[in-house]
Amino acid sequence: MNAVEPLTIGLVHYLTVSAILFTIGVFGIFVNRRNIIIILMSVELILLSVNINFVAFSSFLHNVQGQVMAMFVLTVAAAEAAVGLAILVTFFRNRGDIAVDDASMMKG
Amino acid sequence: MTLMAIAFYLMAAVTLVAGLLVVTARNPVHSVLYLILAFFSAAGLFVLLGAEFLAMLLIVVYVGAVAVLFLFVVMMLDVDFIKLRQGFANYLAPGAVVAGILAFELVFVGWAVAERGAAAGKTPQTATAEATNIQTIGLELYTTYAYIFEAAGFVLLVAMIGAIVLTLRHRTYVKRQDIFKQVTRRRKDSVAVVPAKTGEGIQE
Repeated sequence: MNAVEPLTIGLVHYLTVSAILFTIGVFGIFVNRRNIIIILMSVELILLSVNINFVAFSSFLHNVQGQVMAMFVLTVAAAEAAVGLAILVTFFRNRGDIAVDDASMMKG
Repeated sequence: MTLMAIAFYLMAAVTLVAGLLVVTARNPVHSVLYLILAFFSAAGLFVLLGAEFLAMLLIVVYVGAVAVLFLFVVMMLDVDFIKLRQGFANYLAPGAVVAGILAFELVFVGWAVAERGAAAGKTPQTATAEATNIQTIGLELYTTYAYIFEAAGFVLLVAMIGAIVLTLRHRTYVKRQDIFKQVTRRRKDSVAVVPAKTGEGIQE
Protein backbone atom coordinates (compact mmCIF):
# COMPACT_ATOMS: atom_id res chain seq x y z
CA MET A 1 0.00 0.00 0.00
CA ASN A 2 1.39 3.36 -0.94
CA ALA A 3 0.52 6.05 1.60
CA VAL A 4 1.06 8.93 -0.80
CA GLU A 5 -1.62 8.96 -3.44
CA PRO A 6 -2.55 12.47 -4.44
CA LEU A 7 -6.29 11.91 -4.66
CA THR A 8 -6.78 9.79 -1.54
CA ILE A 9 -6.23 11.95 1.49
CA GLY A 10 -4.55 9.83 4.14
CA LEU A 11 -2.98 10.42 7.50
CA VAL A 12 0.33 11.43 5.95
CA HIS A 13 -1.24 14.48 4.31
CA TYR A 14 -2.54 15.83 7.59
CA LEU A 15 0.73 15.06 9.38
CA THR A 16 2.63 16.93 6.68
CA VAL A 17 0.41 20.01 7.00
CA SER A 18 0.83 19.87 10.77
CA ALA A 19 4.62 19.49 10.53
CA ILE A 20 4.96 22.43 8.14
CA LEU A 21 2.72 24.61 10.32
CA PHE A 22 4.82 23.73 13.38
CA THR A 23 7.94 24.68 11.46
CA ILE A 24 6.42 27.98 10.40
CA GLY A 25 5.73 28.73 14.07
CA VAL A 26 9.31 27.96 15.08
CA PHE A 27 10.59 30.02 12.13
CA GLY A 28 8.38 32.92 13.26
CA ILE A 29 9.95 32.85 16.72
CA PHE A 30 13.41 32.92 15.12
CA VAL A 31 12.91 35.84 12.77
CA ASN A 32 10.75 38.05 15.02
CA ARG A 33 12.96 38.01 18.07
CA ARG A 34 12.14 41.57 19.08
CA ASN A 35 8.39 41.61 18.54
CA ILE A 36 6.71 39.67 21.33
CA ILE A 37 3.24 39.97 19.79
CA ILE A 38 4.36 38.00 16.73
CA ILE A 39 6.12 35.52 19.03
CA LEU A 40 2.83 34.91 20.88
CA MET A 41 1.07 34.42 17.54
CA SER A 42 3.76 31.93 16.50
CA VAL A 43 3.12 29.99 19.71
CA GLU A 44 -0.57 29.93 18.78
CA LEU A 45 0.37 28.53 15.35
CA ILE A 46 2.49 25.81 16.99
CA LEU A 47 -0.41 24.84 19.28
CA LEU A 48 -2.73 24.78 16.25
CA SER A 49 -0.39 22.34 14.49
CA VAL A 50 -0.39 20.16 17.63
CA ASN A 51 -4.18 20.20 17.53
CA ILE A 52 -4.23 19.17 13.86
CA ASN A 53 -1.97 16.26 14.78
CA PHE A 54 -4.22 15.21 17.67
CA VAL A 55 -7.38 15.39 15.60
CA ALA A 56 -5.84 13.59 12.61
CA PHE A 57 -4.72 10.65 14.74
CA SER A 58 -8.01 10.68 16.62
CA SER A 59 -9.93 10.44 13.37
CA PHE A 60 -7.76 7.80 11.72
CA LEU A 61 -7.52 5.61 14.83
CA HIS A 62 -11.29 5.89 15.42
CA ASN A 63 -10.61 6.97 18.99
CA VAL A 64 -12.18 10.15 20.30
CA GLN A 65 -9.66 10.68 23.11
CA GLY A 66 -7.43 12.68 20.78
CA GLN A 67 -10.19 15.19 20.25
CA VAL A 68 -10.71 15.51 24.01
CA MET A 69 -6.98 16.18 24.39
CA ALA A 70 -7.19 18.78 21.61
CA MET A 71 -9.90 20.50 23.63
CA PHE A 72 -7.59 20.69 26.64
CA VAL A 73 -4.81 22.05 24.44
CA LEU A 74 -7.26 24.69 23.25
CA THR A 75 -8.08 25.60 26.86
CA VAL A 76 -4.44 25.98 27.82
CA ALA A 77 -3.72 27.97 24.66
CA ALA A 78 -6.52 30.42 25.45
CA ALA A 79 -5.27 30.84 29.03
CA GLU A 80 -1.72 31.31 27.79
CA ALA A 81 -2.78 33.99 25.30
CA ALA A 82 -4.74 35.88 27.97
CA VAL A 83 -1.94 35.88 30.55
CA GLY A 84 0.74 36.55 27.93
CA LEU A 85 -1.06 39.58 26.57
CA ALA A 86 -1.72 40.84 30.12
CA ILE A 87 2.01 40.62 30.89
CA LEU A 88 2.70 42.37 27.59
CA VAL A 89 0.37 45.26 28.45
CA THR A 90 1.99 45.65 31.90
CA PHE A 91 5.45 45.53 30.33
CA PHE A 92 4.48 48.22 27.83
CA ARG A 93 3.15 50.45 30.64
CA ASN A 94 6.37 50.15 32.60
CA ARG A 95 8.80 50.61 29.69
CA GLY A 96 6.85 52.35 26.93
CA ASP A 97 8.18 49.79 24.46
CA ILE A 98 7.79 46.08 23.78
CA ALA A 99 11.25 45.23 22.45
CA VAL A 100 11.96 42.06 24.37
CA ASP A 101 15.52 41.37 23.28
CA ASP A 102 16.86 43.88 25.81
CA ALA A 103 14.34 43.14 28.55
CA SER A 104 16.66 42.67 31.49
CA MET A 105 14.90 44.69 34.18
CA MET A 106 14.83 41.75 36.57
CA LYS A 107 18.54 40.94 35.99
CA GLY A 108 17.73 37.26 35.82
CA MET B 1 -13.20 11.29 -3.16
CA THR B 2 -11.85 13.82 -5.63
CA LEU B 3 -13.96 16.56 -4.08
CA MET B 4 -12.53 15.72 -0.65
CA ALA B 5 -9.03 15.91 -2.09
CA ILE B 6 -9.68 19.31 -3.67
CA ALA B 7 -11.14 20.59 -0.40
CA PHE B 8 -8.18 19.24 1.58
CA TYR B 9 -5.56 20.79 -0.70
CA LEU B 10 -7.40 24.12 -0.69
CA MET B 11 -7.70 24.26 3.11
CA ALA B 12 -4.15 23.03 3.66
CA ALA B 13 -2.69 25.54 1.22
CA VAL B 14 -4.64 28.43 2.71
CA THR B 15 -3.63 27.39 6.24
CA LEU B 16 0.06 27.19 5.41
CA VAL B 17 0.19 30.38 3.33
CA ALA B 18 -1.70 32.29 6.01
CA GLY B 19 0.62 30.87 8.67
CA LEU B 20 3.66 32.01 6.71
CA LEU B 21 2.16 35.47 6.25
CA VAL B 22 1.51 35.70 10.02
CA VAL B 23 5.21 35.57 10.72
CA THR B 24 6.37 37.65 7.76
CA ALA B 25 3.77 40.44 7.52
CA ARG B 26 5.11 43.94 8.12
CA ASN B 27 2.03 45.17 9.94
CA PRO B 28 1.02 43.21 13.08
CA VAL B 29 -2.65 43.98 12.42
CA HIS B 30 -2.29 42.09 9.13
CA SER B 31 -0.59 39.31 11.07
CA VAL B 32 -3.62 38.95 13.33
CA LEU B 33 -5.95 38.88 10.33
CA TYR B 34 -3.84 36.16 8.67
CA LEU B 35 -3.91 34.27 11.98
CA ILE B 36 -7.71 34.36 11.84
CA LEU B 37 -7.58 33.03 8.27
CA ALA B 38 -5.22 30.23 9.33
CA PHE B 39 -7.52 29.20 12.18
CA PHE B 40 -10.54 29.33 9.91
CA SER B 41 -9.05 27.02 7.30
CA ALA B 42 -7.70 24.71 10.01
CA ALA B 43 -11.30 24.44 11.20
CA GLY B 44 -12.12 23.35 7.64
CA LEU B 45 -9.50 20.61 7.93
CA PHE B 46 -11.12 19.48 11.19
CA VAL B 47 -14.48 19.21 9.43
CA LEU B 48 -12.86 17.06 6.73
CA LEU B 49 -11.54 14.80 9.50
CA GLY B 50 -15.02 14.42 11.00
CA ALA B 51 -14.31 16.52 14.09
CA GLU B 52 -17.15 19.00 13.67
CA PHE B 53 -17.34 19.99 17.34
CA LEU B 54 -13.66 20.94 17.52
CA ALA B 55 -13.97 22.88 14.27
CA MET B 56 -16.82 24.88 15.82
CA LEU B 57 -14.81 25.35 19.01
CA LEU B 58 -11.80 26.57 17.04
CA ILE B 59 -13.86 29.24 15.33
CA VAL B 60 -15.73 30.31 18.48
CA VAL B 61 -12.74 30.30 20.84
CA TYR B 62 -9.92 31.35 18.55
CA VAL B 63 -11.50 33.58 15.93
CA GLY B 64 -14.10 34.89 18.37
CA ALA B 65 -12.00 35.43 21.47
CA VAL B 66 -8.24 34.94 21.19
CA ALA B 67 -7.71 36.63 17.83
CA VAL B 68 -9.88 39.58 18.85
CA LEU B 69 -7.86 39.85 22.08
CA PHE B 70 -4.69 39.99 19.99
CA LEU B 71 -6.27 42.63 17.77
CA PHE B 72 -7.21 44.73 20.81
CA VAL B 73 -3.68 44.61 22.20
CA VAL B 74 -2.00 45.32 18.86
CA MET B 75 -4.20 48.33 18.26
CA MET B 76 -4.04 49.56 21.87
CA LEU B 77 -0.26 49.65 22.18
CA ASP B 78 1.43 52.62 20.55
CA VAL B 79 4.54 50.85 19.30
CA ASP B 80 6.95 51.61 16.50
CA PHE B 81 6.70 48.30 14.69
CA ILE B 82 9.29 49.23 12.07
CA LYS B 83 11.94 49.40 14.81
CA LEU B 84 10.88 45.99 16.04
CA ARG B 85 11.53 44.48 12.62
CA GLN B 86 15.23 45.26 12.76
CA GLY B 87 17.23 42.04 12.68
CA PHE B 88 14.60 40.28 10.57
CA ALA B 89 17.06 39.82 7.68
CA ASN B 90 19.87 38.74 10.02
CA TYR B 91 17.88 35.86 11.45
CA LEU B 92 16.25 34.91 8.13
CA ALA B 93 18.99 32.59 6.84
CA PRO B 94 19.74 30.62 10.04
CA GLY B 95 16.03 30.47 10.84
CA ALA B 96 15.27 29.09 7.38
CA VAL B 97 18.02 26.46 7.70
CA VAL B 98 16.81 25.26 11.11
CA ALA B 99 13.17 25.37 9.98
CA GLY B 100 14.00 23.41 6.82
CA ILE B 101 15.78 20.66 8.76
CA LEU B 102 12.96 20.55 11.32
CA ALA B 103 10.30 20.33 8.61
CA PHE B 104 12.19 17.58 6.80
CA GLU B 105 12.54 15.51 9.97
CA LEU B 106 8.94 16.00 11.05
CA VAL B 107 7.55 15.13 7.61
CA PHE B 108 9.81 12.08 7.45
CA VAL B 109 8.67 10.81 10.86
CA GLY B 110 5.05 11.57 10.00
CA TRP B 111 5.35 9.67 6.75
CA ALA B 112 6.86 6.66 8.50
CA VAL B 113 4.20 6.66 11.20
CA ALA B 114 1.39 7.00 8.67
CA GLU B 115 2.73 4.12 6.59
CA ARG B 116 3.76 1.68 9.31
CA GLY B 117 2.04 2.90 12.49
CA ALA B 118 -1.19 1.79 14.12
CA ALA B 119 -3.24 4.01 11.86
CA ALA B 120 -1.88 2.65 8.59
CA GLY B 121 -4.51 1.94 5.97
CA LYS B 122 -7.44 3.25 7.96
CA THR B 123 -9.97 5.78 6.78
CA PRO B 124 -11.07 8.83 8.76
CA GLN B 125 -13.98 8.39 11.11
CA THR B 126 -17.12 10.27 10.30
CA ALA B 127 -20.30 10.58 12.28
CA THR B 128 -22.45 7.48 12.29
CA ALA B 129 -26.21 7.39 12.53
CA GLU B 130 -26.25 6.25 16.16
CA ALA B 131 -23.59 8.59 17.58
CA THR B 132 -22.62 12.02 16.36
CA ASN B 133 -19.21 13.54 16.96
CA ILE B 134 -20.37 15.71 19.86
CA GLN B 135 -22.09 12.76 21.56
CA THR B 136 -18.96 10.64 21.55
CA ILE B 137 -16.84 13.55 22.82
CA GLY B 138 -19.34 14.29 25.57
CA LEU B 139 -19.45 10.66 26.69
CA GLU B 140 -15.67 10.56 26.96
CA LEU B 141 -15.26 14.03 28.45
CA TYR B 142 -17.79 13.74 31.27
CA THR B 143 -16.83 10.21 32.33
CA THR B 144 -13.18 9.33 31.80
CA TYR B 145 -11.89 12.90 31.82
CA ALA B 146 -14.28 14.46 34.34
CA TYR B 147 -11.55 15.50 36.78
CA ILE B 148 -9.29 16.84 34.04
CA PHE B 149 -12.28 18.75 32.71
CA GLU B 150 -12.69 20.38 36.15
CA ALA B 151 -8.98 21.14 36.20
CA ALA B 152 -9.27 22.82 32.80
CA GLY B 153 -11.97 25.02 34.27
CA PHE B 154 -9.63 25.99 37.09
CA VAL B 155 -6.89 26.79 34.60
CA LEU B 156 -9.22 29.22 32.86
CA LEU B 157 -10.30 30.74 36.20
CA VAL B 158 -6.69 31.26 37.30
CA ALA B 159 -5.81 32.75 33.92
CA MET B 160 -8.74 35.15 34.16
CA ILE B 161 -7.86 36.29 37.67
CA GLY B 162 -4.19 36.53 36.72
CA ALA B 163 -4.91 38.69 33.68
CA ILE B 164 -7.15 41.00 35.73
CA VAL B 165 -4.61 41.34 38.56
CA LEU B 166 -1.80 42.06 36.10
CA THR B 167 -3.60 44.76 34.18
CA LEU B 168 -5.59 46.44 36.96
CA ARG B 169 -4.12 49.72 38.19
CA HIS B 170 -5.28 52.63 40.29
CA ARG B 171 -4.47 56.03 38.90
CA THR B 172 -4.32 58.66 41.62
CA TYR B 173 -5.22 61.62 39.44
CA VAL B 174 -8.51 60.14 38.29
CA LYS B 175 -11.48 61.20 40.43
CA ARG B 176 -13.60 58.26 41.48
CA GLN B 177 -16.73 57.90 43.53
CA ASP B 178 -15.94 56.46 46.98
CA ILE B 179 -19.26 55.23 48.34
CA PHE B 180 -17.94 54.65 51.88
CA LYS B 181 -16.54 58.15 52.15
CA GLN B 182 -19.76 59.52 50.73
CA VAL B 183 -22.19 57.87 53.16
CA THR B 184 -20.06 58.27 56.28
CA ARG B 185 -19.70 62.00 55.78
CA ARG B 186 -21.37 64.02 58.59
CA ARG B 187 -22.61 67.57 58.75
CA LYS B 188 -20.02 68.69 61.29
CA ASP B 189 -17.17 67.54 59.07
CA SER B 190 -18.08 69.78 56.20
CA VAL B 191 -20.21 72.71 57.41
CA ALA B 192 -19.15 75.30 59.99
CA VAL B 193 -21.35 78.14 61.28
CA VAL B 194 -19.21 81.20 61.88
CA PRO B 195 -20.74 84.36 63.39
CA ALA B 196 -19.62 87.33 61.34
CA LYS B 197 -19.37 90.77 62.93
CA THR B 198 -20.88 93.72 61.15
CA GLY B 199 -18.41 95.58 58.96
CA GLU B 200 -15.54 93.11 59.50
CA GLY B 201 -16.45 89.99 57.62
CA ILE B 202 -14.66 86.78 58.34
CA GLN B 203 -10.93 86.74 58.90
CA GLU B 204 -8.92 83.61 58.18
